[in-house]
Amino acid sequence: MAGIAILKPRADILGKRSAIVNALKKLVPARCIVEDEAGRRAFETDALTAYKQMPLAVVLPTTTEEVSRVLSFCHLAGVRVVARGAGTSLCGGALPAEDAIVLGLSRMNRVLEVNLESRYIRVETGITNLGVSRSVAPTNFFYAPDPSSQLACTIGGNIAMNSGGAHCLKYGVTVNNVLGLKMVMMNGDIVELGGTHLDASGYDLLPLVIGSEGQMGIVTEATLRILRNAEGARPMMLGFDSSEAAGACVSAIIAQGIVPVAIEFMDKPAIKVCEEFAHAGYPLDVEALLIIEVEGSEAEIANLLGQIDRIAWDFAPKFVKRSESEAESAAIWKGRKAAFGAIGRISDYYCMDGVIPLSKLTQALSGIAEICAKHRLQVANIFHAGDGNLHPLILYNANDPDEKARAELAGEEILTLCVELGGCLTGEHGVGIEKRELMSTQFNDVDIAQQMRVKSVFDPDWLLNPGKVFPLKAQEAFLARVR
Amino acid sequence: MYVNETYLPSGEQELAALIAQAAGEKLPLEICGNRTKRNIGRPLQTATRVSTGQMRGITLYEPTELVLSAKAGTPLAEIEALLEKNNQELAFEPCHLDQLSGGEQQGGATIGGVFAVNASGPRRVLRGSARDHLIGVRAVNGMGEIVKSGGRVMKNVTGYDLARGIAGSWGTLAVLTEVTMKVLPKAEDTRSLLFLNLPDEGAVNAMCRAMGSPFEVSGTVHLPASFVERLSMPDIAKLGQPVTALRIENFASSLDYRTGRLHEALQPFGAIYELDDARSRAFWRDIRNLTFLTGSDWPLWRISTAPDKGAKLVSALKAQLECTAAYEWSGGLIWVEVPPATDSGAAVLRRIIAEFGADAMLVRANATSRAAIDVFQPLPEVNMGLIRRLKEAFDPQRILSPGRMYAGI
Repeated sequence: MAGIAILKPRADILGKRSAIVNALKKLVPARCIVEDEAGRRAFETDALTAYKQMPLAVVLPTTTEEVSRVLSFCHLAGVRVVARGAGTSLCGGALPAEDAIVLGLSRMNRVLEVNLESRYIRVETGITNLGVSRSVAPTNFFYAPDPSSQLACTIGGNIAMNSGGAHCLKYGVTVNNVLGLKMVMMNGDIVELGGTHLDASGYDLLPLVIGSEGQMGIVTEATLRILRNAEGARPMMLGFDSSEAAGACVSAIIAQGIVPVAIEFMDKPAIKVCEEFAHAGYPLDVEALLIIEVEGSEAEIANLLGQIDRIAWDFAPKFVKRSESEAESAAIWKGRKAAFGAIGRISDYYCMDGVIPLSKLTQALSGIAEICAKHRLQVANIFHAGDGNLHPLILYNANDPDEKARAELAGEEILTLCVELGGCLTGEHGVGIEKRELMSTQFNDVDIAQQMRVKSVFDPDWLLNPGKVFPLKAQEAFLARVR
Repeated sequence: MYVNETYLPSGEQELAALIAQAAGEKLPLEICGNRTKRNIGRPLQTATRVSTGQMRGITLYEPTELVLSAKAGTPLAEIEALLEKNNQELAFEPCHLDQLSGGEQQGGATIGGVFAVNASGPRRVLRGSARDHLIGVRAVNGMGEIVKSGGRVMKNVTGYDLARGIAGSWGTLAVLTEVTMKVLPKAEDTRSLLFLNLPDEGAVNAMCRAMGSPFEVSGTVHLPASFVERLSMPDIAKLGQPVTALRIENFASSLDYRTGRLHEALQPFGAIYELDDARSRAFWRDIRNLTFLTGSDWPLWRISTAPDKGAKLVSALKAQLECTAAYEWSGGLIWVEVPPATDSGAAVLRRIIAEFGADAMLVRANATSRAAIDVFQPLPEVNMGLIRRLKEAFDPQRILSPGRMYAGI
C-alpha cells in the first residue's frame, strides 16, 4: 500500500533542522527531546505500518505550559506539528511528516481528579484508555468507550479520533463521554472548552474538536464522564446458517425494545481464526456468529437472555450458548477483542471501518465477498452489528506489491459501497491519510470547503497534523484561495 | 428581499436561494421555526424573517435501526406521536422551553428548533443531550450554500462533526433544513421515588447517590415548595413542601427489584414515597414541560454546574440575592427565579457562580433586560476569538440571527 501520496515537505524547514532542534531545547528540558535517528525511528509510523516518515524531532513534554511554548515557537517558525498518543491509529492519523515535529503526550498521563458524586474524572491525555477505567475500578466506576486497542491507546488519541468500541451501542462514543477539555492552540494559547458540568450555554466547540484528528489543537487535559458499573454483565452466542438470518435477528431484538450493551458479529473465516487463537468455544459450523451482551442483576440478565433466546428462535439458530461463568464470558470476549491480533498471526491484513444501515447488511456482505473475489483476496468480517460498523479484514501478503495494491483497491471499493448503501467511510478509526481521497465519495466540494473553513478557525496556517483528512488537491486549492 | 417580510420557503433550494440573496444584500435575518422560543436570547434587531415552518415531514424512520430523519420545520409533536406508535422515543426528552417565555404557540416547537437550542430534558442526565442524539444534518450556511454533515448511521467519524457543532448555536451558524437523530425504545414501565421536605444539600446528596448506583436512574429533580404548587398533579401540588423525585424506567420485571435496592440505598435520607407508572409519567411530563417554572414572569436563570457543587452554589447565591431554586440533573442543572430588577440579578449571580466554575444563561426576562446584559455566559477572550472566527467560517456577512447569542456574532 504505497499508493497514498504524502504531502511534500518544505525544503526551507528541512534545512533548518538543527536550528529548530536547538530552539526546542531552550523551551523544554533536554530529556523531553528525541533527536537521534534511532530514537526518532520509533515514531516514524503508527498502526498503518505500510507508511513511514522520519520526523524532524520528537518532543515529549510533561506539562501543558511546555506544550504551549513548543507550539508558539513552531507557529512562529512555521514548523508543522503532528500530535501523537500511543500511535495506534489504523488510518495513518499519527503518521509524522519529514518537515514536522512529533509532539507525543505519553509522559502526560496523570489522573488529576476523581469526583464520584459528580461522576467525572479529570486526566492528562497521555493516559491510556484502560488506565482511566482501572483508576476508578476499585470504586465500581468505569469509562465507557472501549476501543479494541484500549490497553495501549491514549485518551488524547481517542479524542482525536472520537473512538468508539464494542460497548458504545449503549454508552455512546467519545464525544458523548467528554465533559471538558484543555487544549493548546497552534499559537500557544491555552483554551478550556466545557468543564465539569453538562451543556454550558453558547456554542459547543467540544464536538468540533473531538474527532478532528489533531488538526485543531493539542488537547492536554480531559474531563471525562464516568459511570457506575452494572451489577453484572453476560454474553450469549447465537450461530446462524446465514448472515441474513443473523442480521434479521439483530433487527428483531431491537424491535422488541431490547438494546443490548453490545452486539458483535463474526463471519465464518473470522470465527475460525479467533477460535483457534482464543479457544472461546465458538461454533465452527455456522456462517455467522452473534455475541450479544446484556447487563443487570442475575435475574435481569437471565430474563433478558431468555427473551433474546426466544426472539432468535424465529431465525432458526444452529447454535445457542449462554455464558455460564465469568471465565466463559472472559473467553468469549477475548476471542472477539483479540480478533485483529489473531488474524495478524496468519496473514497481513488491511482493516476497514465502514458503516452501513443494518438493513443493508446482506447486500454489504455479498458486495464485500464479490469485491474481494474479484481482486483474488480473502476476507474475514467482524462487525459491531448494533450500530452497523463493519470491520472487513482483507488478508494479503505485505511483501507482494501486486497483492498490496489489490488489497488497497478492494478496500476503496468496499468503502465506496458502504457510502452507496447509505453509510459512511469510517465509524471509529478516522480518515487520516488512508481515506483522505475517498472523502469526496461522501461529501461534495461545498461540504468539504465548510469543514476546511472550520479547520482554519482553529489553525489558520494549517500547521497541525498536515496532509490528513481532506483530499490533497482540495487542501491545496483551499489554501491557495485563502492566502 | 423585502424588509419586514416573513419568508416561508417550502424547500431547501428555495431557502438556500433566499439566504444567498440576503447575503448579497447584507440583509440580516431572523432565523426561526415556529418562533416558540422567540423571547429567549438577546432581542434581535432584524426586520426580515426566514422560517423553516413550512419545511415539514418525516423523511426516514427505521425503527429497527433506531434512526429518524425529518425536515427542520416538522413539529416535535408529530415526531413524538410517530415514535409513540412504535414504542420508541427521543431519549433526551426535549424540554419545553417554549412554555416559559410567552413565545408563539402556533404549530408548536419544531424539531429544528429543538436541536438549534440543544433542548434536553430530565432524561439527559442518563442518556445524553439532544446534540448527543443528533447524527446528521443538512443545513444552509450564511452564504446560501447547502452543507451536509454526518449521516444516518450511528457511528460516523468521517470528517469533522459539524452537525453537533451547529447544535446549540441558535440559528446563528447555519439554518438547519433536515436533521437525523438516534431514537430509542421506550421503557416498558416507570416508577418514581419521592422524598418530602429535604434540605437542598440532602436532596443533592440523595440525587448523586442515586445516579452513582447501578440502577439507571433516568430523572432527578428537587423542587422548592413554591414551585411544587405550580405542578399539575393536584395532590402533589397541595403538599406545600419541597419535593425530591427520582425516576427509574425499565422492563416491568426489573422495576420491583430496582426500586427495592434504591429504597435500601436511600433510606438514610428520609421516608420514601412511590409513584406508580401512570402517576410517574404525569409527574415527569410536568418536569419536562417545565410546569414548575411557568405562571410567573420573573427573571429565570439556568445554571449549569458540577452536581456536587449545586447546593453550595445556591446557598452562596441566597446569601446575596433573593431567589428560588430548583435542581435537575443530579444537582447539575439549577433553575433560579429572581425578583424583577434592572439587571435581572446578573451582576451578583455571575460573580458568585464564577467561584464555582459554573455557567449561567438568562432564560426569561423582558427585552430591555435581555438587551442590556449578557444572556449567555460571557466567555474568556480566547474562547470569544474562536467563536467570532467560527461565525465568520459559516456566516461571513453575519446575516443569520446576528446578536441572538453574543453581540456582533
